[in-house]
Amino acid sequence: MAALGCKWDALFVLALASLMLSCKGDDLKKSNDYTESVSGGEQSNPHAVKADDLQQNEADGHEGEERDGGGRQWQPTGVWMGEGPEHGETFTAPPSKDQFQEEMVLRPLHSGDIYASFQFRTQWDTDFLHDGNKASHYRLFPKSLGQVLSKFSVRELHISFTQGYWRTMQWGQPFIPSPPGAELWVWFHHTVMDVDENWKELTNVLSGIFCASLNFIDSTNTVEPSASFKPLGLGNATDHRFLRYATLPREIVCTENLTPWKKLLPCGSKAGLAVLMKSEKLFHSSFHSQAVHIRPICKDWQCTSTSWELRQTLNVVFDLYTSGQGKKEWSLFKMFSRTLTEACPLASSSKVYVDVTDNKGGELFDLTPASPLVSTAVVLGDRRTYSVYDLTKKETFGQLRSLNPLLRWKRESDEMLRPLLHAERYVSGFGLQTGEIHTCIYNNHPYRAYPVLLLDTVPWYLRLYVHTLTVTSKMHENKPSYIHYQPSKDRVRPHLLEMLVQLPPHSVTEVTVQFERALLKWTEYTPDPNHGFYVGSSVISALVPSIVAMDTNSTHERPLFSSFFPTKEESSYFMRVYTEPLLVNLPTPDFSMPYNVICLTCTVVAVGYGSFYNLLTRTFQVDEPSTPLAKRLANVIRRLRGVPLL
Amino acid sequence: MAAPLTLVLILAVTIRAVLFRSSLAELISERVEVVSPLNAWKRVVEGLALLDLGVSPYSGDVFHETPLVIYLFHFVVDYADIVFMIVDGITAVALYLAVQDYNKNVFRKQKFALEAERYPHDCLELMRSPKEMHYIPLKVAMFYLLNPFTILSCVAKSTCGLNNAVVAIFILSTLKGSALLSAIFLALATYQSIYPLTLFAPGLLFLLQRLYIPVNPCRSSFWLFTVQYAVMFVGSLLVIVCLSFFLLGSWDFIPSVYGFILSVPDLTPNIGLFWYFFAEMFEHFRFFFICVFQINVFFYTIPLSVKLKEHPVFLIFMQIAIISIFKSYPTVGDMALYMAFLPVWNHLYRFLRNIFLVSCVLLACTALFPVLWHLWIYAGSANSNFYYAITLLFNVGQILLVSDYFYAYLRREHHLSQGLYLRRKDGSEATLVLK
Repeated sequence: MAALGCKWDALFVLALASLMLSCKGDDLKKSNDYTESVSGGEQSNPHAVKADDLQQNEADGHEGEERDGGGRQWQPTGVWMGEGPEHGETFTAPPSKDQFQEEMVLRPLHSGDIYASFQFRTQWDTDFLHDGNKASHYRLFPKSLGQVLSKFSVRELHISFTQGYWRTMQWGQPFIPSPPGAELWVWFHHTVMDVDENWKELTNVLSGIFCASLNFIDSTNTVEPSASFKPLGLGNATDHRFLRYATLPREIVCTENLTPWKKLLPCGSKAGLAVLMKSEKLFHSSFHSQAVHIRPICKDWQCTSTSWELRQTLNVVFDLYTSGQGKKEWSLFKMFSRTLTEACPLASSSKVYVDVTDNKGGELFDLTPASPLVSTAVVLGDRRTYSVYDLTKKETFGQLRSLNPLLRWKRESDEMLRPLLHAERYVSGFGLQTGEIHTCIYNNHPYRAYPVLLLDTVPWYLRLYVHTLTVTSKMHENKPSYIHYQPSKDRVRPHLLEMLVQLPPHSVTEVTVQFERALLKWTEYTPDPNHGFYVGSSVISALVPSIVAMDTNSTHERPLFSSFFPTKEESSYFMRVYTEPLLVNLPTPDFSMPYNVICLTCTVVAVGYGSFYNLLTRTFQVDEPSTPLAKRLANVIRRLRGVPLL
Repeated sequence: MAAPLTLVLILAVTIRAVLFRSSLAELISERVEVVSPLNAWKRVVEGLALLDLGVSPYSGDVFHETPLVIYLFHFVVDYADIVFMIVDGITAVALYLAVQDYNKNVFRKQKFALEAERYPHDCLELMRSPKEMHYIPLKVAMFYLLNPFTILSCVAKSTCGLNNAVVAIFILSTLKGSALLSAIFLALATYQSIYPLTLFAPGLLFLLQRLYIPVNPCRSSFWLFTVQYAVMFVGSLLVIVCLSFFLLGSWDFIPSVYGFILSVPDLTPNIGLFWYFFAEMFEHFRFFFICVFQINVFFYTIPLSVKLKEHPVFLIFMQIAIISIFKSYPTVGDMALYMAFLPVWNHLYRFLRNIFLVSCVLLACTALFPVLWHLWIYAGSANSNFYYAITLLFNVGQILLVSDYFYAYLRREHHLSQGLYLRRKDGSEATLVLK
C-alpha cells in the first residue's frame, strides 16, 4: 500500500512539474493523458489478459478500482480536496477525460413515507460511434457498458428495473419515472443495418450484465413508438425505425439485479453514497427502482464535441409503517441502517439534498444536523428548496465523522398535493371471452388544457378492436388528433396504439378499447396460467404547464418586467406517467390431456373416414348365411376321403 | 308457386328484422358457434376502421376477409343488415330454382327409365310422384331461410352468408347448364374460402352429363370439355385474384386469408375439430397434423366422384357437408347450407338407419353449446374439456347424418337396379349387407 502511495506521489509531482515547465496547453494535455494512461494501465493490467467475457472483466475491473480507490483513500485527501481550489484553474484547463458525480435527494412525502433518490453520473469525453474510434481504455466508465455501446452502435440506452408501483396520487412525481417490472428502450445509431438483430443481441447481453430476464424480450413485446420516446441526448433523431422499446411487466427485481448495478459504480458499494445500498433494507420498501441511462451529451455549452453520460439512478420509497414503525421520524440510519462517512474519492461532487420546501421556517419538521447550504431549483415545474450536505467537505461529517440527517416531524402536514397529471388503468368486463381496457387520465390543472401522448402496448393474445376505441372527456367525445396504430400479428408482434389527446382543464379523460382474449396453444401459457397475463403499463408523455407558471401573481420574488410572459423553461415541463400494468386472465385448455385430445379428435376423424370408406369401397350384397364351421371341417375331411360333400 | 315463396321470404325477413332490432343481435354476434375469426362482422368493421386509419387491414391478424368483401362493405357498411337479409334471400331463391330444375330433370329421367322398363317391377313404390316432388323446392327455401342456424348467422352478420350465396348461385348456374357462370361462381366461392374447390368435380360431372358427354378418359370430347371448364375456372380465379391485387396494391391478403385458413393459427373455440386439437398439439407434430387434417377435407372428392359420377347433385350435397364438417373454422351457417338440401332427399327417408338418434344428438348439442360455454368462460365451473366434448359429439352427429344419407342413397340406387324385395338363393327374405 505504501508503495502504491509513493507511486501516486511521484505521478502527482510529475504532473506538477510538467505544468510548471511547459506553458503550452497541448503539452499539458499530453502529459495529463500520460498520467492517466499510466494509472489506467496500472488498474487494468492484472486483468487485461483475461478473456473477453464481459461479466468477468467487469467484476475484475471493479476489484481493481476498489483497490485503487483504497490506495487513494490512504493518500491524504487534502492533496486532492484541499489543494484543489488553489490549482483549480490550472487543473480544469485540461479537462480530465471522465468525471463522476454522485447525489442523493431525500424527499419527505405527504403520506408520511420518505423518498430517497440516488443519482450517479459518469461523464466520459469520448466518442466511440465515430469511424473506428474504438475505446479500449476505461477509467470511470464501466467497461462492460462501454463495450456494449460500441459493439451494438447504441446511441442511447435506458433501462430500468422497478419493484412496486409509484403512487402518483400519494407521492407526487418521481424524479425519473419508471414502470413496474423492467423497461428498456434504445436508440440505435443510424448506420445500423439490421436493427432487430442488434436489438436481440443487445437484450441478451444486457440480460447477462444485469442478471435479469431481458432475454425474454423478443419481437412479441418490442415496439417502435413513433412519438412517445424521443432521444433525451444529442441528436434529434426522428426516424423511429432505430428505436426499440420493450417492457417486461412481470420482471421481479431483487438483490441479484442490484449487485451488478452497484458494480457499475466507480466506487462500487465501498465508498460514497453507495454504501447505503444494502439490499435487505432497499427491498424492504414500498417502491424500488433502479435504472441506467446512457446518452450522448454536449461536452461544453458550444457543443463542439460530444461526450457520453451514464446516469445510474436508484429510487426507493420507505413506508411509514413497515420501515418507519409508524413514527414520522426518518434518518439515514433508520432507512438504510448505515450512515455516510465519506464521499466516493473518485467523485468530483458528492451531495445529499433534503427537500425542505414544505418546511418553511422549520415549522413542519426538524432537520438535524442543520446544513448552512440551501439551494433552490425548479424541479418538475415546482420551485423547491433543498438543504445541501456536501460530502466532499470534511466539516459535513462533524465530530462523529458520520452524516446521519434526521427529520423529526413536529406536527401533521395538512396540505394534500394534487399532481397535475396522473392516470390509472383497469380492465372491465366479465368472463374470459372479451373485455375492455379503460385508461383514465386526470388533468388537475385548473385552467389550462394540454395535449398528452398515450402509448399502449398490448400483447397479441388480447386482440384489440381499434374501431371500439373511444376517448371521452367531460361526457363528450374527444377525438384524438393523432393516432398511430399498429395491429398485432399472432405470435410475432404486439399491438401498438399511440395517440395524441388534448386534455381539457380540470377533467378526466377516459380512453376505452375493447379486446378479445385468445386461446393459446398449451405450450404458450406460463407455468401459472391461472395467475393471468401481464399487460405493460401505458405510457403518458406530456408537457405539463408548470406550477411555477401557474402562479401568475408572484411579483414579490421577481422584478415586474420579467414576469408578464411566462418564461419558456419554466412554463411547462416534460412529464412521463406510467399507469398500472394489467393482469388479464385468458381461457385455458386442460393442460393434462394432450394425448386424450389427440386420440379423441382423431377417433372422430376416423369415424368419418371409416364410414365413408365403407360406403365407397363396398357394394351391397345379399347376406348369404355362411356354412357353419363344423360343416366346413367335415367337408374338408370328406374331400380328403373322396366322399361326396355334405 | 311464387306466392308461397314470397310468403316464406317475407316471414324470414320479418324474423331477421325483429332480431336485428332486439338486444339479442349483440349477444348472437359474439357467439363462437355463429361467428368464426374468418367471418365475424366485428372483424369486418375492424378492417374498415384500419383502412380508415391508413393501415393495411392485412398488416394485423384480426382481419381475414378477402379484399372484394371489404370493398363491398366499404360502400354498404351502413346497410349491412339489409345486405345480409338480401343475401339470404338470394341464396334461398337460388336454391329454390336449382332444386326445381333438378326435380324436373329427375322426374324426366325417371319417366324415360320407366318407359324403357329399366326398373325392376317391385320398385314402383320407390318411384317419385310429381305431387310429392311439388313442394320440395319450397321446403328447401324454407329449410334455408327459417333454419335457426341461418337466422343466427344472418343476425350475427357473419359473412358466411355471402359464401353460401355464392355457392348457391354456383349450384343454380350449374344446374341450369351455364358452364361459364358456373365456373365464375365456383372461382368466386374458391376465392372466398378455398374449400369449395372440391365442388369443381361435381360441377364438371353435372355439365358433362347435361351435354351427354360420357365420363370416359379415352374420349377426346371428355377431355376437351374438362379442359374448357378448368380454363374458365382458373381464368376467372386469376381475374378475381388480380382484381383484388389491384384494389389493394399488395399481395398481403394471400397469406392473411388463405394462409390463415390453411395453417389455423387462431385457436378461438368453434364447433369444429381443429381448435382444441391444435391447442393441445405437440409443437413438432403440428405441421404434420395440419397437413393431415387439411388433406382430409379434400381427400374424399375423388373417391366420391368416382362412386357418384352418375349423381352429381348428390355429390354436391356430400361435398358441401364434408367441407362444413371438416373445414378449419366452421360455423353453424355452413351447416345450414347442406341442411337446406335435406328435403331434396325426402325419398331416402325409408332407408335412413339412425335419423332419430342423429337428430336428437344434434338438437341436444345445439342446446348444450351455450350452456357449456357459459360454464367454462363465465361461471368458471367447467373447463375447456366440456365444450370440447360437445363439439366432438356434434361432429360425430353430423358425420353420422351425412353417412346415413349417403348409405340411403346408395341403397336406393341398388334397389332400383336389383329390385326392392330381394330373395336369397333358398327363397327366404334376404338382408342387404355391405361387402
